[in-house]
Amino acid sequence: MAESYLIRGASLADGTTSDILLDGGIIAEVGTGLSAAGARVVDADGLIALPGLVDLHTHLREPGYEQSETILTGTRAAAAGGFTAVFAMANTAPVADTAGVVEQELALGDAAGYATVQPIGAVTVGLQGERLAELGAMARSRANVRVFSDDGFCVSDALLMRRALEYVKAFDGVIAQHAQDPRLTQGAQMNEGALSGELGLAGWPAVAEEAIIARDVLLAEHVGSRLHICHVSTAGSVDVIRWAKARGIQVTAEVTPHHLLLTEDLISGYDARFKVNPPLRRREDVEAVRAALADGTIDIVATDHAPHPSESKECEWDAAANGMVGLESALSVVHASVVENGLLDWTDVSRVLSQTPARIGRIRGHGEAIAVGAAPEIVLYDPSASRSWGTADLAGRSVNSPYLGRTLPGRVVATFHHGYATVLDGAVLETAEIAAAAREARA
Amino acid sequence: MRHLLSTRDLSRDEAIELLDIAEDMADVQLREVKKLPTLRGRTVVNLFFEDSTRTKVSFEAAAKRLSADVISFSAKGSSVSKGESLKDTAQTLAAIGADAVVIRHGSSGAPLVLAQSGWIDAGVLNAGDGTHEHPTQALLDAFTLRRRIHGSASRGRGLDGVRVTIVGDILHSRVARSNVWLLSTLGAEVNLVAPPTLLPVDLANWPVSVGYDLDDAIDAQPDAVMMLRIQLERMHAAFFPNSREYSRAWGLDDERFARLRADSIVMHPGPMNRGLEISSRAADSPQSSVLEQVANGVSVRMAALYLLLSGEKGE
Amino acid sequence: MARTVLNHSDISRALTRISHEILESNRGSADLVILGIPTRGTVLARRIAEIIQRIEPDAPVQLAGSLDVTMYRDDLSRTRTRTPSPTDVPVGIDGKTVVLVDDVLFSGRTIRAAFDALNDLGRARAVRLAVLVDRGHRDFPIRADFVGKNLPSATSERINVHLSEIDGAEFVSIEGGEE
Repeated sequence: MAESYLIRGASLADGTTSDILLDGGIIAEVGTGLSAAGARVVDADGLIALPGLVDLHTHLREPGYEQSETILTGTRAAAAGGFTAVFAMANTAPVADTAGVVEQELALGDAAGYATVQPIGAVTVGLQGERLAELGAMARSRANVRVFSDDGFCVSDALLMRRALEYVKAFDGVIAQHAQDPRLTQGAQMNEGALSGELGLAGWPAVAEEAIIARDVLLAEHVGSRLHICHVSTAGSVDVIRWAKARGIQVTAEVTPHHLLLTEDLISGYDARFKVNPPLRRREDVEAVRAALADGTIDIVATDHAPHPSESKECEWDAAANGMVGLESALSVVHASVVENGLLDWTDVSRVLSQTPARIGRIRGHGEAIAVGAAPEIVLYDPSASRSWGTADLAGRSVNSPYLGRTLPGRVVATFHHGYATVLDGAVLETAEIAAAAREARA
Repeated sequence: MRHLLSTRDLSRDEAIELLDIAEDMADVQLREVKKLPTLRGRTVVNLFFEDSTRTKVSFEAAAKRLSADVISFSAKGSSVSKGESLKDTAQTLAAIGADAVVIRHGSSGAPLVLAQSGWIDAGVLNAGDGTHEHPTQALLDAFTLRRRIHGSASRGRGLDGVRVTIVGDILHSRVARSNVWLLSTLGAEVNLVAPPTLLPVDLANWPVSVGYDLDDAIDAQPDAVMMLRIQLERMHAAFFPNSREYSRAWGLDDERFARLRADSIVMHPGPMNRGLEISSRAADSPQSSVLEQVANGVSVRMAALYLLLSGEKGE
Repeated sequence: MARTVLNHSDISRALTRISHEILESNRGSADLVILGIPTRGTVLARRIAEIIQRIEPDAPVQLAGSLDVTMYRDDLSRTRTRTPSPTDVPVGIDGKTVVLVDDVLFSGRTIRAAFDALNDLGRARAVRLAVLVDRGHRDFPIRADFVGKNLPSATSERINVHLSEIDGAEFVSIEGGEE
């Protein structure tokens, strides 16, 4: 008999206070003064309860790059950050471009039990941008793939992009585009502008992102398909997406926590922890993506959690890898960048970090409002906490966080997935315990 | 001085002090005994991840004339070219007991990364990093200009009001960047002339004026014209159509050279593409300071090493 | 509290006496070079040269110079970075009698460095040393040939030499130390 949990006195996103009973694989009761009979009580006084977070953009590195992260360690990081589902990007080795690879990822995620791992399929074979991968086979596999992306690379060939957009309509799929014109960004090292000129680093111009987005929204309109834009980073991209939405084009967009908080001037010391693709941009761009998230032009926040071993970051800038870990810190960074200044309230946060990403990714059992009968996926967050971010706050295998040494608000106190706890009292629970709970939940 | 990483960090007083010490070092170069015992027992490592015989030889001469032990470490053919990281190399040099590391690296910022890493305690001297900075080149250029203009009365002086035009591939030039910051710190007025493709997209923070027309710049009669080396590979990346067109528009040919004032100084950091960015007549004229720049390089690098290696650690 | 030990006219008398002694020991001003050690030694050397040129009108015109010893010091990594001063030697020193001039003789390290510096300039026939103040506490077997004033002091005391060309005033004072 699986353990049941009574969450006592949590603040819901709408501001009301309530008890929540997780029992029998669902949210069994919501209300005040619920009976604790037989349930383990979690005191949630002062904590906000949000539906379990859903990350549409995670790099779990397995198979192939297990020195950076594995499905187990990556989902531990997810749980620590309050996530109960992560969409695993396809740039593994082998690439997730066949039903076999995506089914293996799904199974490893289920076995680990920290969060639902929903594989993303590659758009093209080997991410080479030449031939379509077996999109249909991945869609019909046990992994039920609906999101396809060559992330890390742009599907830059316009014809291939058009075909991919059209093809996935057959099974309600979506193409998540990494918008980066490859020719305009050859050798690019940071945002192109005044600072890149001073630092002598090759520029990554905003237009290289904006031009691809403009092309792709027009393609999506022409073929009537769903398009999702990964990691929007510039004010110009926001303008293009806003225009496309006004025209009724089916486009959705994500922004990363780091693009909501950090600006390019951090690069002045050539510290490779701040090297990421797309690069950190200007203050004006940060303001624009924040406003776009607030007004709905940008639909969701997705982490682009990208673990790398220390040797890939402890080196000269050109040689360093792109990417930052972000699962553990995402909610705190969203809190710091758009909640503290009033742009978003906690209802908005549950929309951009849970409900909408689940809807875009067509994943079931996630992103449901906290109500009787809903899936028991919940995160409890202490908004009054504050901590100086350190490696002890990271739960994955890699420590390439840009926030180390920075004070961030809030703390994930507990995470519940499939009705069992993956995090309690701010600590990620033991691997064996979680695997056992997951087996029991499946039974 | 703990490190010398860029000219941008130098105050006017610091820059003038370094140039004045270079004057003392230049005096020593005129003596029969050119060597000073100053850095006896100290170890200077020349760590060159890029080929540059000229700069390496200049630093070697500077260190040796100050009696330092010099270890030259070229990336080519060493473990560095076999994938050894900057970190491992730095820790090796620390174990050897390097007091100063002179580093040339193809990646912008690598000297700063080395200086801040904690991998090695030595002073770090940037001998050119990527397309970022090349501070000793700018210092020797400023030294050369100051001597040409003020002669034996150079000590203590800046370059106030001196008009310098820098021509060529500004975008990829560490020499240009270091010169822009240093010359303006010393009071000079810097004018950049280049094809638009070879200028950074946003120069709003640079203390310079910018133009595309070399003839206009020549007609403005600058006190000095600094021609940068143009890399022919650039034309394959569509920065300019071909060498003929580049030379015609942005080369210091005989005709343009003849229009300069007789006391205008013609500079080039070397190595020159004769007939491309500079004509032989201009390069070999008495107005050219190309060879003085090379000689002055040793004096300036002696001064930099002296400032880096004298005084207590951390000063 | 600083206490004045030499005033303006004391300094002037001392330099005049030293100039006479130099001429006497060198038997005139032939083949003489007077090199001051920056900063105040250079000023003193120039003054001594002027006095000698007044006493002996046919003394060499280029008599005084400056010898910077910064690059020859043995304590460069122990103290804060010193900014060197120019060396200005008016004539070659080969075969000459060089009189080194400094303001205060203390440990002798500066003079030791000066020997090395001189050695790199050529081969002097003889080297002499003139100082305005000898305060004792030598670390090297060095002795001044011409001394303005012997001033026994504690190592904790400071001797300050002020010269009008540099400091706008002209006196020598002693300060600090145990009361």
